[in-house]
Amino acid sequence: MSEKQYTKQHEWLSVDGDVGTVGISEHAQDQLGDVVYVELPAVGKTLEANAEMAVVESNKAASDVYAPVAGEVIEVNPQLEERPELINESAEDKGWLVKLRLNADASADSLMSAADYQNFVKNES
Amino acid sequence: MSNPKQTPLYGLHQELGAKETVFGGYLMPVSYPNGSLQEHRHTRTRAGLFDISHMGQARIRVAPDAFEKVAAPFTGDIDTLAPGEMVYSLMTNDTGGIHDDVIVARLPEGDGGGDGFHITVNAGGKEANLAYLAGALKSVGALQEQDDKALLALQGPRAVHVLEKELGCSFADLFFMQCRWIAWKDITCLVARCGYTGEDGFEISIPAAHAEAFARALLAHEEVEAIGLGARDSLRMEAGLSLYGQDITATTTPIEAGLAFFVSKRRRERKDFPGSDTIIEQLKTRPNRRLVGLLPQDKALLRPHAELLDKSGAVIGEVTSGGFGASFGGAIALGYVARGFESPESEVFAKVRSREITARVTRLPFVKHNYYRK
Repeated sequence: MSEKQYTKQHEWLSVDGDVGTVGISEHAQDQLGDVVYVELPAVGKTLEANAEMAVVESNKAASDVYAPVAGEVIEVNPQLEERPELINESAEDKGWLVKLRLNADASADSLMSAADYQNFVKNES
Repeated sequence: MSNPKQTPLYGLHQELGAKETVFGGYLMPVSYPNGSLQEHRHTRTRAGLFDISHMGQARIRVAPDAFEKVAAPFTGDIDTLAPGEMVYSLMTNDTGGIHDDVIVARLPEGDGGGDGFHITVNAGGKEANLAYLAGALKSVGALQEQDDKALLALQGPRAVHVLEKELGCSFADLFFMQCRWIAWKDITCLVARCGYTGEDGFEISIPAAHAEAFARALLAHEEVEAIGLGARDSLRMEAGLSLYGQDITATTTPIEAGLAFFVSKRRRERKDFPGSDTIIEQLKTRPNRRLVGLLPQDKALLRPHAELLDKSGAVIGEVTSGGFGASFGGAIALGYVARGFESPESEVFAKVRSREITARVTRLPFVKHNYYRK
């Protein structure tokens, strides 16, 4: 699997072959507070880069999650229906949201490395 | 906008690792590191400590012949309260809307300051509401804002045990909506048995200079945890209690909001409170809309301002509060629905993003109240 890459909207993407796994960052879950509901896309749905992909809700806010790259939804995290708190407990691992089969021309060039993202978060606050 | 104000407990919130937000002009804790859900459950099962010093407190000393005049801005029987009794009441406007919802307490005997009332108003609009009250009560006496006082709430089934231990007294004969003077280390506090969670609990008005020490003393009890505004909001929603500025406003009447109980029989007969014409008319004819509890038949949360539709897709109302009820165990909401949709089991549809979610009208509260009543 590739190193995680991050977006300015606080998603992470990890690529293995032509499959990308997407979730929200540790920083994003911390900002949201206790997640109580996750709305996930239908398997088979095709998404352009930056298209609305999922919604993560805490009592504080409903937060849109965007597709970091273009692709087709091939799997959604089956545990989140019953255990949305997995996102708080393990945002960048067990709390993953969606697996995408990346379009052949999908590009993750605009995404940030972990170090760049940390800087971005620091400057944002 | 001017810089947010801080309560006397601001330093303590920071020390406890609070996430903060501006609410009612104050920088307030939303949650602590345990998170809102855990804080909510803790309050329902043990005891939660809330800093509510952002709320406004005022006192007015009243001569015996001026009692009736004190009731004028409110919808309740303020003037017939016995010393140490309190009521939830509404400050209505001339069109029957609500300026603010308040707690009015007749001061208990024994502080040496004379007879009178203690009034607690909401943080939002505090200055305007206290100025309005000061004007409305001018002929009675001078309304004195208690901005040298903090207000703490200790809520939950273990609150009474903790407070009895800390204050070294018994509250067996202090019932829901009663208050008394009690000294904590020679510092006189006004201790009221009331709250905003649906649980048994207390609100304690204490001189600001001693508030942090008192909060620390309470937090030292093993059963007490600090609770933020996030859990305060979900607790009050489960208890079916309105939030001023969301569920009740200057354009909603007490009758529409389901608060007819707080427009007393005697005041209805006298028709002597602001907006009484409109309000009494609505009592007879039923209002065109009602605030109801809503149970989304889905896990998605309903948010304030989400439109409510009927089967045909026509707009019949709006969500005013919504979230996840941690003790209820699911999504809950409050909202206004048009006449004809207010009875329990009515079905309405809430617009959430691109979807329409079925919501069932239900009786309030979502979680039963546990007040300590006589």
